[in-house]
Amino acid sequence: MASVVFENASRLYPGATRPAVDKLNLEIKDGEFLVLVGPSGCGKSTSLRMLAGLEEVSDGHILIGDRDVTDVPPKDRDIAMVFQNYALYPHMTVEENMGFALKIAGVEKSEIHKRVLEAAKILDLEQYLERKPKALSGGQRQRVAMGRAIVRNPQVFLMDEPLSNLDAKLRVQTRTQIASLQRRLGVTTVYVTHDQVEAMTMGDRVAVLKDGLLMQVDTPTNLYNHPNNAFVAGFIGSPSMNLLDLNFDDQGVIVEGTHIPLPSASLSAAKAEGLSTITVGFRPEDLVESPNGFPLTVDFVEILGADAYVYGPVKTADGSEKQVTVRADGRKTPNRGDVIRIQPTADHLHVFSTKTGNRLG
Amino acid sequence: MAFQVKAAPDEPDLLFLPWNHMLEEWPDEATVSLPKGISRHIVKFVRLHGIVYAIKETEQPIAEREYELLQRLGRRGVPCVEPVGVISGREDRQGHELPAALMTRHLEFSLPYRALFSSTLKPDTAIRLLDALALLLVRLHLVGFAWGDCSLSNTLFRRDAGSFAAYLVDAETGSLEGKLSDGQRSYDVDLAVTNVTGELMDLQVAGLLHETIDPIQTGEQIRERYERLWSAITSPLVMSPGERFKLDERMRKLNAMGFDVAEMMTSTPLHPSDDEIRIVMTPKVVDAGHHARRLIRLTGLDVEENQARRLLNDLDQYRLELGLKTDEEELAAHKWVTEAFEPVINAVPKGMRGKLEPAELYHEVLQHRWFMSEKAGKDVGRDKAVADYVKSILVNKPEEKAIIGSKIGSEMDDTQEMRIVFPSELEDIDEVELN
Repeated sequence: MASVVFENASRLYPGATRPAVDKLNLEIKDGEFLVLVGPSGCGKSTSLRMLAGLEEVSDGHILIGDRDVTDVPPKDRDIAMVFQNYALYPHMTVEENMGFALKIAGVEKSEIHKRVLEAAKILDLEQYLERKPKALSGGQRQRVAMGRAIVRNPQVFLMDEPLSNLDAKLRVQTRTQIASLQRRLGVTTVYVTHDQVEAMTMGDRVAVLKDGLLMQVDTPTNLYNHPNNAFVAGFIGSPSMNLLDLNFDDQGVIVEGTHIPLPSASLSAAKAEGLSTITVGFRPEDLVESPNGFPLTVDFVEILGADAYVYGPVKTADGSEKQVTVRADGRKTPNRGDVIRIQPTADHLHVFSTKTGNRLG
Repeated sequence: MAFQVKAAPDEPDLLFLPWNHMLEEWPDEATVSLPKGISRHIVKFVRLHGIVYAIKETEQPIAEREYELLQRLGRRGVPCVEPVGVISGREDRQGHELPAALMTRHLEFSLPYRALFSSTLKPDTAIRLLDALALLLVRLHLVGFAWGDCSLSNTLFRRDAGSFAAYLVDAETGSLEGKLSDGQRSYDVDLAVTNVTGELMDLQVAGLLHETIDPIQTGEQIRERYERLWSAITSPLVMSPGERFKLDERMRKLNAMGFDVAEMMTSTPLHPSDDEIRIVMTPKVVDAGHHARRLIRLTGLDVEENQARRLLNDLDQYRLELGLKTDEEELAAHKWVTEAFEPVINAVPKGMRGKLEPAELYHEVLQHRWFMSEKAGKDVGRDKAVADYVKSILVNKPEEKAIIGSKIGSEMDDTQEMRIVFPSELEDIDEVELN
């Protein structure tokens, strides 16, 4: 097991004007489960492949443990790409299926047996070692496939969207299995996904990337509660945070003629930056009905059971309309056309610079 | 989501397949089933008007991605199965959503590796399989395709004048990039070595591997073969101004290996301070198929590379026998097709023509004629050779036009590694009840 360090690591494709990964600085602790997440083209897969040795590092360094692996070929990095290959061999027993890659690597028979046994214990496969894949359930077979990677005792597991070819139900099940298995094994794991829900439910920490740049790396809770910038604020959470560009004065921002008070630190930071508008963010669940709140004409109500989501438009600083989402009690929902007055709770109000997207104050 | 067909297939009847049923439930009379892999997908084959299609159930974005990848690979001349379409928005009769499906056209006369031997896999067959697979991997890497799961199981093989030609079947794990890094290539080769070794080990456990084959040593050979080929094709050539012959030699060598060269790239003077100026040139290889392209230009026959080599030799000899010169090659080719090639094929009874492709048949007849003549101490002539070949050899060969699985498949139910069985039981879909 080992830590992983990206040190100013960049990948510039020949002919491209902008790096696919731009000076990535990231430290992944020994035993940590780190998820790289972001929209398509953000550089998450490229970063993982740089770590795997599949992409050349144009600039900077990558370390596994204390070793600089920047120029080391993939097979000498002591990493395992998991789930690249699900094949099980029908005539070989579970033990043979799990251990055959070690046999190829020239590991001694007794050592192979020992490692397979250890992995089988963790995977609950001990009693099936002599069986053929045919005599296993689907879930057990999947665990045998995982066992193939585990017995190699790699320093780091790398997973690139491993669940993308599963249907929704199996995806949720396997997600839980992988996360709990990783915790039991304690092997440093870097996991790539485009799905923020997957990222938030699986990772010890989550690194959010956009356009090749690291936007924020933090625990799921901190990302959710303290996004460093408007991009992370909008990307993490479902339904998304409401983000509105609004005019402001000395008391706060103004929406539909009503003030939302802002902390003075945020306001002075905005002034210091010379901003004419401020981007304010609040999550659908952080809005309460209040006579002092801003008015929202209900456009649509989506009832999910206990909860409901209420949608309605508000005018932003440039005069355009933006839809606001409000979580409401599923048993007491307003009707279409009603005007409700709502206010973001002060503790959960996020303030960003409209110019840079960074958090203010 | 509405029922949607991504590409209108040439075969409109495909639209009337029972798409409102899970593939698993499709009537057996119409299909041949591949058992469900551990995490892969259900695949079934259907035959419509004599053409076999493979249908794979998967998630829609994956089906669409693979469809496009296969199309792009096909356009670049890479040997792979031909995608026909993606069906999405499927629902059963209760309105439940069903997975999307990717359709590909089954490659005629192609065989999964497990159908290439009857009792055990013998060393020479194994080596020929690895040669074909290494060449396929090189060709894929030349166009910038990282396979991600190169294995014998993910490949189909066609007979090629005593060798095999390999075709990519499963592109799901692959990605087409501009140019592959050394890391990507070596990772792909590592995967190929691991997969092939695993496949050989499995055959060994099943008693299907010849006792002289060591799976680990043999699997490792895919790396050697790949690296030898890659370096022969892509390594730069260093030469001095007076050494043009080196360039000619290199071109000839690449042509002989079946590769065409579009241009020589990067002319960089080495050590400009040296008295002697040297130039580094890297060939930009177009693709394999040098001989196949020449044969198709001359005769219109579209065959595999080694078959083309064999047929071109025969054509050359034929031209000499007619007393025609090199520049009369086209005339000779025309006569050769009508007076040499076609008569041999036509001499084979119709019922046996599904056993081998015409070019492979012709190659085998040539070989048979040579054996017979050697034994007789004189040329036995074409007609006698064909008649004897049909009677003594072809009659015992299995039908290979649409073998979809191995005959031993039934022993290996239920994992991803096998492809199953018995095309002869396929019926036309017209006879199937679609409700």
